[in-house]
Amino acid sequence: MNYSFVFYILGWVLTLEAGFMMLPCITSLIYREKAGLWFLLVAVVTAAGGLLLIRKKPKNPQFFTKEGFAVVGLSWIVMSLVGALPFTLSKEIPNYVDAIFETASGFTTTGASILTDVEALSHCTLLWRSFTHWIGGMGVFIFLLAVLPMAGGYNMNLMRAESPGPSVGKLVPKVKESAKILYIIYFAMTVTEMILLLIARMPVFDAICIAFGTAGTGGFGIRGDSCASYNAASQWIITVFMALFGINFNFYYFMLRKKFKDAFSIEEVRWYVALILLCTAFITFNTWGFYPTAEESLRTAAFQVSSIVTTTGFATTDFNLWPSFSKTILIILMLTGACAGSTGGGLKISRFIIWWKSIKNQLEAFVHPRSVNAVEMDGKTIDKDTVRSVSVYMVVFLLVYVISVFLLSLDQFDLVTNFTAVLATINNIGPGLGEVGPCGNFAGFSYASKVVLIFDMLAGRLELYPILLLLAPGVWKKH
Amino acid sequence: MKIIVVGCGKVGLTLVKQLSAEKHDITVIDLRSDAIAEATNSYDCMGVVGNGASYSVQKEAGVDDANLLIAVTGSDELNLLCCLIAKKAGNTATIARVRNPVYSKEISYIKEELGLSMVINPEYASAIEIARILRFPSADKIETFANGRVEILNFVITEKSPLKGMTLIDVAKKYKCEVLICAVERGDEAFIPNGPFILRENDRVSFVASPRHAKEFFEKIGVDTHQVKNTMIVGGGRIAYYLATQLRGQGISVKIIDSDRARCEELSELLPKVCIINGDATNKDVLMEEGIESCESFIALTGIDEANIFLSMYAKNVSKAKKIITKINRISFDDMMSLFQAGSIIAPKNITSDYILQQVRLMQNTIGSNVETLYKLVDGKVEALEFSIKEKSEVVGIPLKELKLKRNLLIACINRGGLVITPNGQSSIQLGDTVIVVTTQKGLGDIRDILE
Repeated sequence: MNYSFVFYILGWVLTLEAGFMMLPCITSLIYREKAGLWFLLVAVVTAAGGLLLIRKKPKNPQFFTKEGFAVVGLSWIVMSLVGALPFTLSKEIPNYVDAIFETASGFTTTGASILTDVEALSHCTLLWRSFTHWIGGMGVFIFLLAVLPMAGGYNMNLMRAESPGPSVGKLVPKVKESAKILYIIYFAMTVTEMILLLIARMPVFDAICIAFGTAGTGGFGIRGDSCASYNAASQWIITVFMALFGINFNFYYFMLRKKFKDAFSIEEVRWYVALILLCTAFITFNTWGFYPTAEESLRTAAFQVSSIVTTTGFATTDFNLWPSFSKTILIILMLTGACAGSTGGGLKISRFIIWWKSIKNQLEAFVHPRSVNAVEMDGKTIDKDTVRSVSVYMVVFLLVYVISVFLLSLDQFDLVTNFTAVLATINNIGPGLGEVGPCGNFAGFSYASKVVLIFDMLAGRLELYPILLLLAPGVWKKH
Repeated sequence: MKIIVVGCGKVGLTLVKQLSAEKHDITVIDLRSDAIAEATNSYDCMGVVGNGASYSVQKEAGVDDANLLIAVTGSDELNLLCCLIAKKAGNTATIARVRNPVYSKEISYIKEELGLSMVINPEYASAIEIARILRFPSADKIETFANGRVEILNFVITEKSPLKGMTLIDVAKKYKCEVLICAVERGDEAFIPNGPFILRENDRVSFVASPRHAKEFFEKIGVDTHQVKNTMIVGGGRIAYYLATQLRGQGISVKIIDSDRARCEELSELLPKVCIINGDATNKDVLMEEGIESCESFIALTGIDEANIFLSMYAKNVSKAKKIITKINRISFDDMMSLFQAGSIIAPKNITSDYILQQVRLMQNTIGSNVETLYKLVDGKVEALEFSIKEKSEVVGIPLKELKLKRNLLIACINRGGLVITPNGQSSIQLGDTVIVVTTQKGLGDIRDILE
């Protein structure tokens, strides 16, 4: 482990986070809130610490996959620890563990909250909560790679550790340019959503926070009822944009390059769209009669499906009260998650495609023992290593899942609550079912359980390995 | 520049490494996905798995707006086909590696007809490099400018060298030669020396001179400049073939030892005037019998790096050879190479990539500049650029001592219509000259850039 380089990059992350904290500071100026002072204080201290670490560029440039994964894992933990400080200092979330839960939930775009009354929070705190979604959605390191003059092969190691999906590719040959393009698309789409929400007469502050929450597929609402009290037009806009942010960003890049045929032939995107349409249809019929109009039935179903499949976690209704067929569909969607290369979480549709095709090949091998087949996607063969690592990923996922549910079971909640609480955090969704449903929250869990769930959120956002690797003693050995 | 590299082997990877360090947009194409994975994991480039000669694969790699395609797969025909398709599909400049001697003979025709910017034959290039080294046994590396009228030579100051401890002013006074010491490498550092600079033992000195003056200078400082009379080559591969042809032309007698009977017979037909020995050179007795003790130069060119290193070390010990050259193909410990005591090292993959890089740099430099040739000396820390003076500017016609030049920059040579001038303070640059500038400053694009 090359410690000096790891700390150097950590320094950049801290400086960047301090910079991001300027946004709640400005908000507090507009709304004349005292809580902003705490943000300023934390930002100044963090920036000082960060600048101290980046003062000198380390001489030893050795930076391999191990360092890349470790520094990404470590940075996300440190970011959550630092980002939680203003919450506790301003006494809006008095307990530090709760504050970390809230911040980690923000950065990992989970949207699970321990707050019982969101509307009591100050504007700057609310904005910071939502802004963490926006930062965490595309990723801190992608941002760093886009703006920092970091040359060398190591930047790919950082990108790979942070970006979700079975295999991480670049849009253009240079990492820096790829990162820039991603953030430009991300930024443009976020602003578009904000403008549309304003046109739909949503208040400015709400529009900003909701757009941040949608873009990162986060899900922190700023009202007690999440998105239920917004008008129909706003809800439709949010529905569509949630779905859009769950699409592989390669799609938008192809669209920008006017390669429409390539864009629409991405297998994952097709499955994703089909899944949303199909599930919306099922739920609309299943919940027929729950809502006064057909439009509302469709809107509610579409909103919930879009929100859950992209792992955003906004809600316009308490789906705890839905029939169990609809609830089961939602649980399945919680598992699948969105597309790889999007801001959404979950296991990713592309992994399911690979699993599905591997299963088909396996069955084929029983029928024709001598058959030789490869898994292909988008007309290209997926190499054996990727297929293997995707399969192993499922096993690792299950392992973390089972252990987490086991640990949570000490808390006397029912099985559905525990089961979906872990699912909602590890797949970065937010609300689950039972006690942690859209109208409930995570406040009832013991601190030990909250720590487990914080771990799950971080592990889920970074696709397990960067966080799990931190637990491996071999990583920390000096070179 | 946007560059596509087809073929991700030894040369391909070396190229990707160098080109990505110079901030080009690189896409690599290879059939093997593991090779692509290695390249994209280690360097800032994009990879496409597929056949580089396929139009759709090239399109995926972005041939439409690429500036250059470099084909360095293992197959000549594939390389040529790649270039041909890229030329038609994207109208890009192309560089192909072609190593089959049959094509090599017709290379200018192929280059012309297929519209290639450059064709490189690694074995031929290596042979030329070795031949150049043998011509000046005391110099390690030689680069040429102005159609060979000016050379940059490179030698190490040994313990016994009279230059040890002298300042450059003393050197100029004592030897009165038309040579200019333009760069000194000491340890990891590179210097552009000035007059009071003192030379030390183990300094690697680069100087600019015409071939005649270089020889004179070497003679005066007591370095043997006689071209070797004979050479012993172990390993009868393609390099050996090209090299033998080259050396015969220079009047050096050549002996090639190879263990493969069939190859020996083939070589004996191709090279009637060369002594071909069929025997296992890793056997000491064979070497002794063929007179390794008395040969003037020894070149290890077998296909096994370890064997080459061993043979050279042995030759160093037992023979009087003035020059020992070792071919190294795979081993990538570049920093260890300088510690290797037994003579010069030749790495065909590096030579190939150096040649291609030169072409790339030139292409890049010629976009909006007038650099004619560009060499990187001392591990790329120093650049030697050749400018041609085509128009009047602030630097023309003014004595050099009155020009405010940048730091660490030296006007090493002025070539005025074939006359090579080693400049002093009174010299001035005239219209129509070509000027060689040596500097540690990067990115000079025009002769005016030499001023502060």
